[in-house]
Amino acid sequence: MAHPQQPGADAPPVIEMLGIVKRFPGVVANDGIDLVVLRGEIHALLGENGAGKSTLMNVLFGLYRPDEGVIRVDGKPAAFAGPRQAVGAGLGMVHQHFMLIPRFSVTENVILGAEGNSTLHLDRDAAEQTVGALAEEYGLRVDPRAKLADLPVGMQQRVEILRALYQGSRTLILDEPTALLTPQEVDELYAVLHRLREGGGTIIFITHKLREVAAISDRVTVIRRGKTVGTRITKETTAPELAELMVGREVILRVERPPASPGEPVLVAENLVVTGSRGEPALRGLDLTLRRGEILGICGVEGNGQTELVETLAGLRRPDSGRVRLKDQDVTGQDPIALRRAGLSYIPEDRHNRGLVLDFPLTENVLLGNTEAAAFSRGWRILRGALDAITRRLMRVFDVRAPSPQTHARALSGGNQQKLIIARELHREPDALLAAQPTRGVDVGAIEFVHRQLVRERDQGRGVLLISFDLDEILDLSDRILVLFGGRIVGEFVSGRVSRTELGLRMGGRGEEERGGVAVAD
Amino acid sequence: MGLPSRISGLLPALLSSLAAVTVALLAGAMVIVFTGDDPVEAYRALFSGAFGGRRPIAETLVAATPLICGGLAFAVAAKAGMFNIGIEGQLLVAGLASGLVGAYAWNLPASIYLPLGVLSAMAAGGIWGAIPGVLKARFGSHEVITTIMLNYLAERLINYVISTEERFPVDPRSQSTQPVDPEARLPNLLDGTRLHWGFVLALVAAVVLWYVLFRTTLGYRVRAVGLSRGAAAYAGIPWGRTIVLAMVASGVLAGLAGAGQTLGLQGRHINLSAGYGFTAIAVGLVGRNHPVGVVGAGILFGAITSGATRMQNTAGTSKEIVQVLQGLVILSVAAFAAAGHFRLGQRLSARFGGGSAGRASGNDRSSGVGMGPEIEPQPGPPVL
Ligand SMILES: Nc1ncnc2c1ncn2[C@@H]1O[C@H](COP(=O)(O)OP(=O)(O)O)[C@@H](O)[C@H]1O
Ligand SMILES: [Mg+2]
Repeated sequence: MAHPQQPGADAPPVIEMLGIVKRFPGVVANDGIDLVVLRGEIHALLGENGAGKSTLMNVLFGLYRPDEGVIRVDGKPAAFAGPRQAVGAGLGMVHQHFMLIPRFSVTENVILGAEGNSTLHLDRDAAEQTVGALAEEYGLRVDPRAKLADLPVGMQQRVEILRALYQGSRTLILDEPTALLTPQEVDELYAVLHRLREGGGTIIFITHKLREVAAISDRVTVIRRGKTVGTRITKETTAPELAELMVGREVILRVERPPASPGEPVLVAENLVVTGSRGEPALRGLDLTLRRGEILGICGVEGNGQTELVETLAGLRRPDSGRVRLKDQDVTGQDPIALRRAGLSYIPEDRHNRGLVLDFPLTENVLLGNTEAAAFSRGWRILRGALDAITRRLMRVFDVRAPSPQTHARALSGGNQQKLIIARELHREPDALLAAQPTRGVDVGAIEFVHRQLVRERDQGRGVLLISFDLDEILDLSDRILVLFGGRIVGEFVSGRVSRTELGLRMGGRGEEERGGVAVAD
Repeated sequence: MGLPSRISGLLPALLSSLAAVTVALLAGAMVIVFTGDDPVEAYRALFSGAFGGRRPIAETLVAATPLICGGLAFAVAAKAGMFNIGIEGQLLVAGLASGLVGAYAWNLPASIYLPLGVLSAMAAGGIWGAIPGVLKARFGSHEVITTIMLNYLAERLINYVISTEERFPVDPRSQSTQPVDPEARLPNLLDGTRLHWGFVLALVAAVVLWYVLFRTTLGYRVRAVGLSRGAAAYAGIPWGRTIVLAMVASGVLAGLAGAGQTLGLQGRHINLSAGYGFTAIAVGLVGRNHPVGVVGAGILFGAITSGATRMQNTAGTSKEIVQVLQGLVILSVAAFAAAGHFRLGQRLSARFGGGSAGRASGNDRSSGVGMGPEIEPQPGPPVL
């Protein structure tokens, strides 16, 4: 055993949550959850989006009051009235969305809330020293004097962890901590967590990714739809078993992807220069060529120009300079209607604010972007019969589960909403498909479905441009991979011939300088 | 689902509006008690004054006519996400325009003169409505500010025209235009009453608006823009053009209200506002910005207005109580709508939408609340 502290079955439980029920109007978020965490272990809490993980942790942390159930911390009954009490009992939480103050320095953020009640005076130097020492001890390298807003996301997360440690937490809860990190930052986080465990700390690690469970945890508790479905020792379980527990049925984790046979270019961008919404340069001379019959993956850390790239290709943004060609047409600066007519479909990354009108019924969401199409309207008149029939067919073919075509899109789960968008966009039989984060926030079952659809489109000779922050998704689906960094393509790779590490380095902007400019490993 | 979805979609709104009106009437009863009168007697008088016979019904519909048109005007703008509180100004310039056109006595046959009069009103209202639309689309000026200013501007414009005898066919002493040529007047609808064809036009307008909004791509675009500007952009629907269009439609409908008053009821434009343009906002809100609801709400407000006189005369209840009643209806409807948003709506969507949708499937989460998965519901930050 690598770590002497690794718990045996005899380690005492630190956290016991038994039969926890938490209801929200219309939803039972936690429906009788049991979670027992032993001292000195890294315990993964695995479940799909909406399974109730965050709610459970908020209950533990005293942010929500449970409707039923018992909580014990260190064997003593605990019902915290608020986070301060939870902190007092040795708990610390790193939220899914950081709760830090951007204009404060690292030190100020760390000592926030724990300034001490005795003195009004804040001894800056002493505080900085304490924080620096703490950072040193756990390998949380970060400059105590840096302003938070200037730090990359991975560093900001360290500040959250530091704050928890500074407050004396011995049990640390991390809610989906890897969502915003590059693979390298994830590895560094793992190292920190191991160090914490060696020091006798206990960690609850929330995730919906199987890979992370295997990589970091000692034991794992799976919850599904608000209920505990099992606790396993990580070493004694397998990814398929966990997936089945999480989803409730057998899941095919890898998409079947026969080799691609790319054809002629269908979507070409040349030297695109685009200004972002805040006036910053977002794309700085970007080139790409998408061919028929291939999935071209674009990976990169969020905020490197992905949104601007997709929106420019989709006609929602005008490039400052550069060209976009779709098939033989120059479509630079054309509006979405013209682009659709020319053969483009687009699955937007924000399905609530772009892809759907949530308060429209499914039928009218199928109509979105299709009002000019002959199948849907004559002159100004909407062909309601046809619209209804097409919607029903799409719901059946794409497995969109809803009571009726008149149900409002808002009432659908994320996965079903996404399937509806995909159904609408594929119904048009496009030449090129932009898929931006097509599986963000949808459940594993729907992810499997979406991935199969994308591969099918490719095999029918369409060009698929896949933009995703999920490196596994990119690696699983793409035939070619482009790395986007700082508004430029900084690497091109053939799928299967590149490691996660290599991609990760490029995504972090490294590896470019040594090779002198844009690298092509082909 | 048992009911056709169109009806089941409308049903909760209808029920909630009815409940709201009931609550408002009960609250009104309490106010009447406080003023020392008998609420039962007052309401009985109000009701018989509004619906007790041919004349009262006609008077109710006379009052409802501008309210329905104005309510539709508010509704169409609201569907596009615009808060048009300039209906009053649009209505008044439209009334003036048709009053002038009619007062010139051009010696035209009714088949031309009357449509000309009505169209001039709709055009004037449309222009008055287009201005805030264009200002918002081009410069982002908020329509609440610009429509208020245009209300003042309309008032000044009318004052000027009505007092400039040497240029316009007006009579400054009676503060009105000259009487409208009989050939340009909207004919009477019911002998022995003041009910005129403007009421029919209002109903036609409601049907047309309903059709355009819910059955045509044009109306679809307006609704899409109003509900989600982002999704509309995604679909390639031009936001600016669409809100201008909706504001023009709004002004045209307000103009129809003005035409009804000038060419139908009064036979000339009188420089004295009954404030219908403002009550119309309430009518739109109470009618949930749906043409059918607006007709209902218009008649309700018309009834309260026309029954008030009888209430004052027979029950001795002060006529001002009517304003209180109208205010209570608005408050109560707003409260119900807000509460419905958070509770009733949630329960209904959990039962009919999210709940069954989620449960029908083996692996989808059920989200009864309209909460985005990207927007993780998180409690506020720890108390700092
Ligand atoms: N404050 C809240 N109000 C209403 N519903 C909520 C709230 N918080 C969470 N939910 C609902 O409870 C369910 C579980 O959510 P959550 O605990 O955030 O899941 P997870 O963290 O596993 O993705 C979801 O259906 C979510 O919409
Ligand atoms: Mg969560």
